[in-house]
Amino acid sequence: MGKPKLGVFKFASCDGCQLSLLDAEDQLLAVADAVEIRHFPEASSRMEAGPYDIALVEGSITTPHDAERIQQIRRDAKFLMTIGACATSGGIQALRNGADTAEFMRAVYASPEYIQVLDKSTPIAEHVKVDFELRGCPINQYQLIEVIQSLLAGRNPRTPRHSVCLDCKRRGTVCVTVAQGTPCLGPVTQSGCNAICPSYHRGCYGCYGPAAQPNLVSLSTHALNEGASAAEVSHNLRNFNVYAPAFRNESQRLTDQIKEQN
Amino acid sequence: MSEESQTEIARSCFLSTEQFAKLFEVLHALDYEVIGPTIDQAAIVYDRLTSVDDLPRGWTDIQEPGKYRLEKRGDDALFGYVVGPHSWKQKLFPPVSTLSVADRTDAGWQFTEPEQELPKFAFLGVRACELAALKIQDRVFIGGPYVDPSYQGRRNKALIIAVNCTQAASTCFCTSMNTGPRCKAGYDLALTELADGFVVEVATPEGEIVINALETQIATDENQRQAEAARQQAVDQITKTLDTTDIRDLLMSNLEHPQWNDVAERCLSCTNCTMVCPTCFCSSVEEVSDLTGDHVERERKWDSCFNVDFSYMNGGLVRNSIRNRYRQWMTHKLATWIDQFGTSGCVGCGRCITWCPVGIDLTREVAAIRETQT
Repeated sequence: MGKPKLGVFKFASCDGCQLSLLDAEDQLLAVADAVEIRHFPEASSRMEAGPYDIALVEGSITTPHDAERIQQIRRDAKFLMTIGACATSGGIQALRNGADTAEFMRAVYASPEYIQVLDKSTPIAEHVKVDFELRGCPINQYQLIEVIQSLLAGRNPRTPRHSVCLDCKRRGTVCVTVAQGTPCLGPVTQSGCNAICPSYHRGCYGCYGPAAQPNLVSLSTHALNEGASAAEVSHNLRNFNVYAPAFRNESQRLTDQIKEQN
Repeated sequence: MSEESQTEIARSCFLSTEQFAKLFEVLHALDYEVIGPTIDQAAIVYDRLTSVDDLPRGWTDIQEPGKYRLEKRGDDALFGYVVGPHSWKQKLFPPVSTLSVADRTDAGWQFTEPEQELPKFAFLGVRACELAALKIQDRVFIGGPYVDPSYQGRRNKALIIAVNCTQAASTCFCTSMNTGPRCKAGYDLALTELADGFVVEVATPEGEIVINALETQIATDENQRQAEAARQQAVDQITKTLDTTDIRDLLMSNLEHPQWNDVAERCLSCTNCTMVCPTCFCSSVEEVSDLTGDHVERERKWDSCFNVDFSYMNGGLVRNSIRNRYRQWMTHKLATWIDQFGTSGCVGCGRCITWCPVGIDLTREVAAIRETQT
């Protein structure tokens, strides 16, 4: 049996997640050795057609053309894995979901008639079956290597679903919310970044999306009791994973609350 | 030192603040790595200390459910605060450690244990509730048939310099758990801080070696009276209580009490309470390999019953809701711990109350169940 054939594909995104693979300097040669990289425009201009054993998909679906393109990639791929917040939840560009896209177009482009764009930025899983979703904005290179390693070894990947808090505590970071009153999404956000932001005295921005069974309502209720406004709390959830259902619903609930009060 | 090695009657003496500063040199000369309270990340944490100047001189902590703040005291007290986000388990039971290593060779798998020289710690500033926590973790890690060698090695070498609390936080309830605030056993030296020095109780030969290297004076009756008054101040400041009457049966016969649903609405299941708890001891063990699969390390990491996947077994989650996870934690800590280890798992330090991001107070949860028990 030959080496597994790998393809890396990009949709609406900043390329940062693909770069995480290129940044995995220590292991990059081992990756190149373990798989046959057939399609990776960020790394090489030599692009070969499918089928692929593993397809890594970065970015969200925002245009009619992309909505078609992902179908072909799915047909060509044995194992399709999304990498990053754009591909798994629609990304920061999903902030426009629910807003007036036509108005944005008029504001941004001189000739909007040349632009074809869908009403919403949506995750890959809304279009095709996804075999594995790797979270993060950007993804963590060690988690990416872990998933590739697990595929090669034929075992389950180890990408924990617990909160960021557990990582803060393991590294000895003092809780920024309790000790400094800093708003932090850590208790409701999935692990993956090794809790970088709180180690720099900042709250978690939720880059890895909702943790398993997150209690968003309790966290925002507590923030409101501590004097934060509903607009602030809602705003904190409207970030790279704004369209992830748990964050989206809570943000919407708070927005509705504000509307009712006015 | 473990409690067993303590001599029966502790002798006491007076150590001036000036001489206390020399304690660090003495400990370093005896090859101890001094771990104790210091200010970092807007809190008093436990970390490596090099001199008396690393201590939080003149600072105190204000604690309430979900909130911790440092404040200036207006004096030069070195131990004028309570307990912070860290506990000594960080040093005895490290958050992440490599247990063993395996390499694939032509001759098959080669297994090795990572060579590690066990550190020789001097823990400075151990409070009474923490002495109780050490005793509980001793039972867990070295008190049964399966001994944890890493914990045992670190623990046996460690010198314990306790400090009697002279104040309490609003979250403290050691008096309910009979663990403090007076340090009664399980230390080598115990200090009570006064304005101009410390009354020191010397409990073990190891403690004698350290104290003999310093200039001390006879503790006068006045010193003792002041020390007693200072310690009484801590007792008087404790306002929180946990009624432990028949607590095991109370909780175990109320497993379907509606309060579990109530607390589940507030609990984030974020793991913070278990991580800051000085007695929680859960961990996960994982095999981590490199990309080639030729080098594998067995890693142990702190884990928590609040982690949704911690109860994963045989294709499913045993505790698949926040309600079930909170109930598991509290009933283990306060009830089934008694069946398992012969004592409560709670020492009344209040960390789980302070460091809960939404301020859940287990004493209130127990009280709510007690008030409306079925």
